[in-house]
Amino acid sequence: MTNRLTTRFAELSAYNRAGFVAYMMAGDGDSQALLNALPAAGADVIELGMPFTDPMADGAAIQASALRALEAGMTLKKTLDQAATFRKTDKTTPIVLMGYANPIHHMGWDKFAKAAGKAGVDGLICVDVPPEEDEELRTALDKHGIALIRLATPTTDDKRLATVVANTAGFVYYVSTTGVTGAGTGAVTEVSEAVARVQKASGLPVAVGFGVREPEQAAAIAKHADAVVVGSAIVDAMHEGGVAGATGLVKRLSSAVHTARR
Amino acid sequence: MSETVSADTRPNALSAWPDARGRFGDYGGRFVAETLMPNILELEEAYEAAKKDPEFKAQMDLFLKDYVGKPSPIYFAERLTEAFGGAQVWFKRDELNHTGSHKINNCLGQVLLAKRMGKTRIIAETGAGQHGVATATVAARFGIPCTVFMGATDVERQAPNVFRMKLLGAEVVPVTSGTGTLKDAMNEALRDWVTNVKDTFYVIGTVAGPHPYPAMVRDFQSIIGREARAQMKERLGRLPDACVACIGGGSNAMGLFHPFIEDEEVRLIGVEAAGHGIETGEHAASLKGGKPGILHGNKTYLLQDDDGQIIDAHSISAGLDYPGIGPEHAFLHDAKRAEYVSATDEEAMEMFQLCTKLEGIIPALEPSHALARVRDLAAELGENGIILMNMCGRGDKDVPQIARMLGVEL
Repeated sequence: MTNRLTTRFAELSAYNRAGFVAYMMAGDGDSQALLNALPAAGADVIELGMPFTDPMADGAAIQASALRALEAGMTLKKTLDQAATFRKTDKTTPIVLMGYANPIHHMGWDKFAKAAGKAGVDGLICVDVPPEEDEELRTALDKHGIALIRLATPTTDDKRLATVVANTAGFVYYVSTTGVTGAGTGAVTEVSEAVARVQKASGLPVAVGFGVREPEQAAAIAKHADAVVVGSAIVDAMHEGGVAGATGLVKRLSSAVHTARR
Repeated sequence: MSETVSADTRPNALSAWPDARGRFGDYGGRFVAETLMPNILELEEAYEAAKKDPEFKAQMDLFLKDYVGKPSPIYFAERLTEAFGGAQVWFKRDELNHTGSHKINNCLGQVLLAKRMGKTRIIAETGAGQHGVATATVAARFGIPCTVFMGATDVERQAPNVFRMKLLGAEVVPVTSGTGTLKDAMNEALRDWVTNVKDTFYVIGTVAGPHPYPAMVRDFQSIIGREARAQMKERLGRLPDACVACIGGGSNAMGLFHPFIEDEEVRLIGVEAAGHGIETGEHAASLKGGKPGILHGNKTYLLQDDDGQIIDAHSISAGLDYPGIGPEHAFLHDAKRAEYVSATDEEAMEMFQLCTKLEGIIPALEPSHALARVRDLAAELGENGIILMNMCGRGDKDVPQIARMLGVEL
């Protein structure tokens, strides 16, 4: 599947540079403005969070952010509208939606995939749909050229890894620690070994996330991974300092990631 | 939306589900974060092995008899029968179990399984606190550290049970995320499990969650229906015309129903909590007022809005206050093998008082819901009918709440 994700990771690889993946929550604050500003602040890929009432894989920061967004009237449809608005002016930065199954299932797998494709979405991470349950969703996404991105974790042994990487596309998201988002990363040596293992098994780029907050941490991981994901820290910065606060943090993080291998 | 269950794995009998994928027809499955998948698969394997092990069964049987107090009797509720003026009303007395509800049947099984798997820490979620107390009790007996997640709202309204759990040595974690009720406690338990995957066993209290939980909890609770079925045959020489039970997640109902599924002449009736009335939107009736969706590891009927966001349940009973229902109930509902009705807060209050006065049995608010529909059914079936209701819990825990609602200061 050739889409913006493939192109973007090929570019990063050509420059021997790690990518920076910025996560933000749709609907929390002026999220359209933040979304539009992220590429200029250094985001190579954007993960756009779809708010859900019961985000059981997320820590306190993203839970609170989702509830604020829902309180402000955010919906899945409006999230797709924000992606579409972004896509009118930015034709190259990949957008990956991240969230939970129920709102998508409620819209209908096919209807969602069609709408997301039309909005210029490139990938989907659906946290609570493991490979055993994703056939219908994956079939729907395939039709519209959207990559279903899977998660590998420290509990994913070699046998399990084969299941995880089968039928996946775009990149593999390596969860650096057992725990929820924002919980703190695993040791860098363990992460680098895991990244190598997942790269080998999948033949795809590997992005590392969950618990990365500081530029130094991000840089250390960027030496080994194809990309580094930061979520909770950006969500907090947006809540506390608005678009300027969030983009300021993204600039510091992305610059640390982009220069890590020099 | 059609699901793909291939013909060769589709069980023949309604009682033979789930299939190999943990599906009851369209419902159930394993919708969890990848971090938990190895655990879920390990649990399934361990449970399948335990089921076949005579030693595990012998251990279960011994503790069920000497510690839980099984078998619980069936009882002819003569004065309620008179008051309702129709069919005979019989109770399965699972409120006489140790800790005062059916919950311990399941906790005992899961904690023994945890021990067998070498897990060194137990976690559980609880709403009213009955499952929390039962889990803390069994964990104390086997010397395993136990943490119970409980919504902050429930911690306040169920203070006696919180203290009981602490006396039993459990750590009670008040959950403030979301709305601070049972569903949030379950979210938090899942977050803890994802963080402590290696050493921790999650004792889920109802027939929900990812496969194998719905089937496993049902199996452990099926002792209710197995005993009752044999007891009815022995005492009355026949099966009841209907089995009735209240439903939050649905574990006591599933435990009662399952051994009767193939007895086509026996009606199975589940009573959901209608709260202030289903038409008000403030209720906990997932089948009557919800739609199929995905939450807490399984596909089932859920209370949700037009965007697929989960709506808070409402019930006078903290034990029924859950926006979902076990997937096997969703399946039996769609297959029309079981009937699902509801009872309001007000009806439950009325039945709570009536049962206490006429039978000298203080029922929990949960089975008080079931009793409201038993009343209608008794009239419908008439004098020759026989109704079996599971008295799944005793009402001591609800006394302070009832006093408050009746304006009595204790």
